[in-house]
Amino acid sequence: MAKHDPAAELGHRELGLTDEDVLSMYGHMLLARAVDERMWLMQRAGKIPFIISGQGHEAAQVGTTWPMRRNQDWMAPFYRSIASAITFGMSAEDIITAHLAKGDDVSSGGRQMPGHYGAARNNIVSVSSPVGTQALHAVGLAMGAWVRGDDMVAITSFGEGTSNQGEIHEGMNFAGVHNLPVIFVCENNGWAISVPLERQVGGLSVAARADGYGFPGVTVDGGDPLACYAVARAAHERARRGDGPTLIEARVVRLTSHSSDDDQRRYRDPAEVEALKENDPIPFFSNRLRAAGLLTDEADAALRAEIKTEINESQARAEARPDPDAAMAHRWVYAEAAD
Amino acid sequence: MAELNILEAIRLAMDEEMERDPNVMLLGEDVGRKGGVFGATEGLWAKYGDKRVLDTPLSEALIAGAAMGAAIYGLRPVAEMQFADFVYPAFNQIVSEISRLRYRSNNTFGLPMVIRMPYGGGVHGALYHSQSNETYFTSTVGLKVVAPGTPADAKGLLKASIRDPDPVIFFEHKKVYRLFRADVPDGDHVVPIGRADVARPGKHLSIICYGYMRICALEAAETLAREDGLEAEVVDLRTLRPLDTDTVLASVARTGRALVIHEANRFGGFGAEVAATIAEQGFESLDAPVTRLAGPEVPGVPYHHNLEDWFMLNPAKIVEAARSLAAY
Repeated sequence: MAKHDPAAELGHRELGLTDEDVLSMYGHMLLARAVDERMWLMQRAGKIPFIISGQGHEAAQVGTTWPMRRNQDWMAPFYRSIASAITFGMSAEDIITAHLAKGDDVSSGGRQMPGHYGAARNNIVSVSSPVGTQALHAVGLAMGAWVRGDDMVAITSFGEGTSNQGEIHEGMNFAGVHNLPVIFVCENNGWAISVPLERQVGGLSVAARADGYGFPGVTVDGGDPLACYAVARAAHERARRGDGPTLIEARVVRLTSHSSDDDQRRYRDPAEVEALKENDPIPFFSNRLRAAGLLTDEADAALRAEIKTEINESQARAEARPDPDAAMAHRWVYAEAAD
Repeated sequence: MAELNILEAIRLAMDEEMERDPNVMLLGEDVGRKGGVFGATEGLWAKYGDKRVLDTPLSEALIAGAAMGAAIYGLRPVAEMQFADFVYPAFNQIVSEISRLRYRSNNTFGLPMVIRMPYGGGVHGALYHSQSNETYFTSTVGLKVVAPGTPADAKGLLKASIRDPDPVIFFEHKKVYRLFRADVPDGDHVVPIGRADVARPGKHLSIICYGYMRICALEAAETLAREDGLEAEVVDLRTLRPLDTDTVLASVARTGRALVIHEANRFGGFGAEVAATIAEQGFESLDAPVTRLAGPEVPGVPYHHNLEDWFMLNPAKIVEAARSLAAY
């Protein structure tokens, strides 16, 4: 066990989290990263034509979705939400199966391209490609719970580029009017493909917009999962009290290019790309856990080995799954009578 | 049996469905205290409260998108677009999301929801309060599209739409809201989606129509019978998607002539689909080319009554087209 240093305290117990909780959060971040890295490998190996990455967003995603109650709360995520989807209950195998577009892929049965997650059984709304549409679905889910008087909180996430869509405005305004139980999470990585924040967001703050809708907007270090958890837990409690929405702007880094079809060296300063690694949330959290005496090198190595085995096994099982059958491609445009 | 106009029949359908199923809710602009700009939801806010009859901000994308979220949650939302002309901000939600959620999720999600769309001209609404834009929706796979022309069908089809497991776009022609009263069966009167109605039997030609055009076609058929001895069969499609091909083809088999009419402009309009279907599947029955009579190729209904009258289809124009077709 590392030596105890009071200055290195995580402060997690004050947030109601146990040691096991924070290690589990770390494990979720590691698993999401490992799935993501495996996707890139499979893409480079020609097994997957396209991937869109969440690397750099893991702390924000695990932290903001951690307070959400599985199979009670709902999420309308976006295409970088691998860590969020895992926290909500999708498995590494589900994610890999979706990327391979297998016939029994839980997200779409091979109908959607990679990165379009969704799982009715995990209360995760199916993702589409037009950005920002999902915010209205989260608002509608929250409206449904409000109409029925249910204890449910919806969360939705999107990038700062998407924050400029009209649907984000329409959704936030309506949620503000009725104090709906919804949490808006903007994962601001500073880049909308090739266009930087200063060309995307007037005023440079997404969180500041919340003021106009009559609910709190909070900017948080998206590299710190506990900071993200703290604001999301407060947002969750606020929503459950009936006090309404919160907009969380988590400042994150995009460690990879926008997608496997993009090359960020064409529009980002090489020095900046190199410096991104210093802001990687995974070593950041790993080091904090060690400093706080909660993680040893041995335990970290064991956890990573366990995750690697899980990824290898998940990939093997996913690859063995059947491909979709073209004879089924015409089905389920509309509801069909039970066979 | 009650004598109701179409507006009252629509209101009654929503009222009965809300009473029957607590998951049914209404949302839209001015649907609450005011009862809708046309009065379709009058009295329902007082009866069901302001959560189940919910006034929204002027945000059509929100109306459609929140209805979708609520439907995912298990409600059966009935959304109102104040005018079909104002649906376009919601187009992304309807086309990208609502129409394809079931398909893209491999049947793990479904959307039982209705979007009511007051449409059509002849009401001095000009370019932005008169549109018949049904073709955008009939060409979108994953939607069902309904357009009733009688009070009984309005009630029965709206009830069927609310109970349907898939999204239904429900077109209500504004000109007929209060145009006439007719018998509407009491209680659980449900008209199945996807079935056309032979509104008047005939043997010389088939007039295929929907919505307000049913009334115009029936009036034209009276004139044709009286003045020309021509018996026109009037087929009211009632549902545009799925199209009741069987009823259309059976009618054309009886008459050998098809006149397809709609208020929306002709090029690429819904009549093109009906005409192509008849040409492909009913060719042997035809004694004359399938003929379309439709709105003119201008971007919208112009305002002044001289101009609006020029735009609108009416019984006289239908009579004229029917005479030409019969004489072929």
